[in-house]
Parts: sequence; structure tokens; C-alpha cells
Amino acid sequence: MNLLRESWDYIQTHQDRFLEALRVHVELSVYSLLLAMIVFLPLGVLAARSNRIGPAIVGFVSAARVVPSIAVLFLLYPYRRELGDLAPFWPTSFALAVIALTLLAGPPLIINADAGLRAVDVSILENARGLGMTEWQVFSRVQVPLALPVAIAGIRTAAVEVIASATLAAFIGAGGLGRFITSGLTLYDYSLLLVGAIPVTLLALSAELSLAGLERLVTPPATT
Amino acid sequence: MPLSDHLPNSGRHGSRIEFDRVSRVYSGADHAAVSDVILTIEPGRFVVLLGPSGCGKTTLLKMVNRLIEPTSGTIRIDGEDIRQMNAATLRRRIGYVIQQTGLFPHMRIEENIAVVPRLLGWPKESISQRVDELLDLIGLPHAYRRRYPAQLSGGEQQRVGLARALAVDPSMMLMDEPFGALDAITRLRLQDELLAIHRQLGQTILFVTHDIDEAIRLADEIVVLRAGQVIQHGSPLDIVTAPADDFVRDLVGGGEALRRLSLIDAGSALNRNGNVRNEGLPAVTSDANLRTVLNLLLQTGTQKVTVTDENGAPVGTLGIPDIWSAGLERGTES
Repeated sequence: MNLLRESWDYIQTHQDRFLEALRVHVELSVYSLLLAMIVFLPLGVLAARSNRIGPAIVGFVSAARVVPSIAVLFLLYPYRRELGDLAPFWPTSFALAVIALTLLAGPPLIINADAGLRAVDVSILENARGLGMTEWQVFSRVQVPLALPVAIAGIRTAAVEVIASATLAAFIGAGGLGRFITSGLTLYDYSLLLVGAIPVTLLALSAELSLAGLERLVTPPATT
Repeated sequence: MPLSDHLPNSGRHGSRIEFDRVSRVYSGADHAAVSDVILTIEPGRFVVLLGPSGCGKTTLLKMVNRLIEPTSGTIRIDGEDIRQMNAATLRRRIGYVIQQTGLFPHMRIEENIAVVPRLLGWPKESISQRVDELLDLIGLPHAYRRRYPAQLSGGEQQRVGLARALAVDPSMMLMDEPFGALDAITRLRLQDELLAIHRQLGQTILFVTHDIDEAIRLADEIVVLRAGQVIQHGSPLDIVTAPADDFVRDLVGGGEALRRLSLIDAGSALNRNGNVRNEGLPAVTSDANLRTVLNLLLQTGTQKVTVTDENGAPVGTLGIPDIWSAGLERGTES
């Protein structure tokens, strides 16, 4: 309990630093997740709609998943200038971290979007066509709503991974709550380490819970 | 805008459907799924496509709403080549019901029923009014509007599927084994209700089944298919009493004498001689079929039943000999 008390005291005395780190951490996570959804959900749709390139996309993405997040970060590091130029409105290290986290969020988004769309019963889709829906109406009014629970499960996995991995951004000087963890480790100051670790855990948990709630909300009710 | 303005078919007859040398070959298949079918469905007829699985009946059905396109030949609805029409527009004019309902699990019952009116851009009040009418028509309480399909029984779901197909009062309906997944009692009840709806609305119905008893119960005309070809096209009585070949005879199968009885109503076999007064005999109305009458005789152990008109007034009696001669007569006359 002493440790927690010391951590709390640290936050009290370094409020500005803590809030800044928290803000950076949340921004890193939110931007990365949004960017990943914009880029990779359409790729998941593409995978589900094509029996030719679909399995190739999903196969490649599943294989790419074994690359650890920290490796992604360091693999991109040599190209930080070029990558940083892609988002000149952000500090280079922040841009680099966002790109790495976006890539990290890709696999669950693609895999779940593909699986969710493919799991929709073909007879339901054919019936939608039979009632006179256009291809776009079949997709937007029937297939997407029915795929949504599985797709949101993918977003949930991605969100938790991104929030947890955003701690690694501290290694390349992008800030975030990870800076307390790295400093804590170097200084053998566990209370400092917890100043980073506990809020990260709470952020990840709240993302998990709120997205799980959303998932339940969009799941059609079974017998009640 | 009154609701009737959205229902252009109200009070009109069903559509005529013509198949003109229609074939469909699937790539890789060694014979055509549908082969050179020439068939005309007259307006307002209830026509059942009957045959074993793989005979091409579903393919033939799905070509009418262009879910499957013919390899060759032409299909016309009321004289118009359906290839000249936009597929989605065509389908909105045709009621479509499949097995396992095909209801959308994420939509409430009212939304499921309203799918086609919504596609056609009806105003909200008209849709709501129509949903109530349809729930009345299929005998479900208005309280079901807010439920989801999974909260209904199989029979109720199939009723909703029927309501959805009837939403814009189409001049024709395509039904692909709609009652195939239901238990026997529910199936019988829904068959009766479908017949009542058909009598009331008069649309053309094309109905696919592999169940001969269902075909006989429902059809004005039965089209027997095998390997993509029409083997026989006639009334249920024709099919049962004069099967075109061994294939149809096998399909009609055993119990054909009983089936024949189920096609003859008590009124037409009536023994008008003798005493018609009700003397404690079991009574049936004159539109009951002879199979029902025979069943009643065997159950009650009586020699005769009294036949009454729809007002309950006795018009004659029926005994085993009458049933026997009626069955014999109909069996040999064709």
C-alpha cells in the first residue's frame, strides 16, 4: 500500500507532467485506432468480397501478427524522417508511434471484419436480393449490421492492443504513460512505474468494457 | 395519401407468367438444371412445382425473379420480357418466401414486414398502417411489432415471412418450400391460411415443394418436374388418377386411393336416396372430403354419416358403399 501511496503522491506533485502524459497516451491510442479503422476495415470488406484475394489478405495479415509491437516500432525507426513527413502537423516521434500502432491494430480489424461478413447466412443475403434490395442495400442494410458484433469484437481487441502497446512509444521519445514505466524501470522506482502502469491498465479495461457493451448492443436478441 | 394508392394491385387479378423454351445450364454440370421448359401460368392460379431434389424446380422459380438468369429462352410476366426490366424493380413487384423464413434477425417484426414498402419509399404512416393490416391478415397480435424474429416460434416466423411477401399486395408470389421446416400441425394450419389468403387476394402463386400431399392440398395445377423437364402438368386429380409415367406414379406413391378420396368432396358423392333426417348420426358438411368422411366412419363405428349444407341442414347421407363407388368411378373415368 505504501507503493500506491507514493505513486499517488507523485501524481499529486507532478500533475502537469502526469496529465500531459495521459493526454499523449490517449491521443496516440485514439488516432491510431481511428486511422487503422479507416484503412483496414475497408480492407476486411475487400477480403470478404473476393474469394480470390480474400484468403491471401487474411493469411498474410495473420502471419504478420507474430511480429512483436516493439519490433514494428524499431523496424520503422530508421525511416522516421520519411514517415514523419507524412504527418508534418505532428512531432516526428509521435507520427512514427501512430504509424506503428496503426499497423499493429490492422490484423484484428481485417480478420474480424472478414469473418463477420462471411458468417452472414447466404440464404439471408439472397432473400434480401429477392425482396428487391440493390447490392448496396443488401450490403449496408443486412450484411454489415449482421457482421457488426464480430467486427466490433475485432475493434475491441485492436483497442486493447493499441492502448497497451502505446507505452512502448516512450522508447522512441513520443511520450505517453510509458515514460513513467521506462523511467521507473531504469531508476528501480516501482512507485514511478505504477504511475504509468495503473492508468494504462484502467484505460485498456475501460476500452474493453465499453466496446463489449457496444457489441452486446448491436447483437440481435435471441429468445428472451 | 390513402394506403390504397400504394397498393395498385388491390382488386386486380394476378399476373400471367410464361416460360418460353427456358433452359439453364450450370457450368461444369453434365445436364441442364432446367431444360427447354414451355409453361404458361394463368393469372390467379395456384401452381405447385413438384419434384425430387435436383429436379430444377427451385432453379425454375428463381428465374422468375431473376435470382438466376436463364441460359436461353424467355420469361414473360403479363407479356413483358423480364430481362427488359430492372432486376430490383421486378423483385419488388413479386412476393418471395423461402424456407427458414429468411427474416432479418437484426430487424424487428415491423421492420421485417416493412422492407419492401420502405424500398418503395412509402411514407411512415402508410407503412405503419399496412403493418397492422398484415399482422391482422396473418393472425398475429400487434404487440409482435416490436419483437425480433428469434423471439417467435417457427410457425410465427413463417407467418411474418408471408406478411413480408404480401406487404405491397403483389400480383404474384414465389414460394420456395416455405413450410418445409415446420411441424406437421403448424404446416397444415399455414397451408389452410395460405389458401384463404389466395382466395381473398387472388394473386398468382408459384409454389415449390417435394411433398405430394402438400401439392395436392394447395394446388389448382401441379407441374411435375424431373431432370429439368416438365413431365406432367395438370390438376391434382389428373396427377393422382392419371400419372403420365412410372416416375409420376412413384412420386404419387402408395396410398393413392386415399389421396384420390381426399380430392372428392362429400357433396358430390352424396346418396340422396332414403332418409336424410339426422338420426344421431355423425354429421359432416358437404365440402368435407371423402377421406375425412371415411376416417370419421372408422372412428365412430357407424354405418353412415349425415351430410349437411353450410347452414347445417341435412342434404343426404354417406356410407362405405357410396365412398367405395365414388372412388372407383373417379379412378376409372380419366
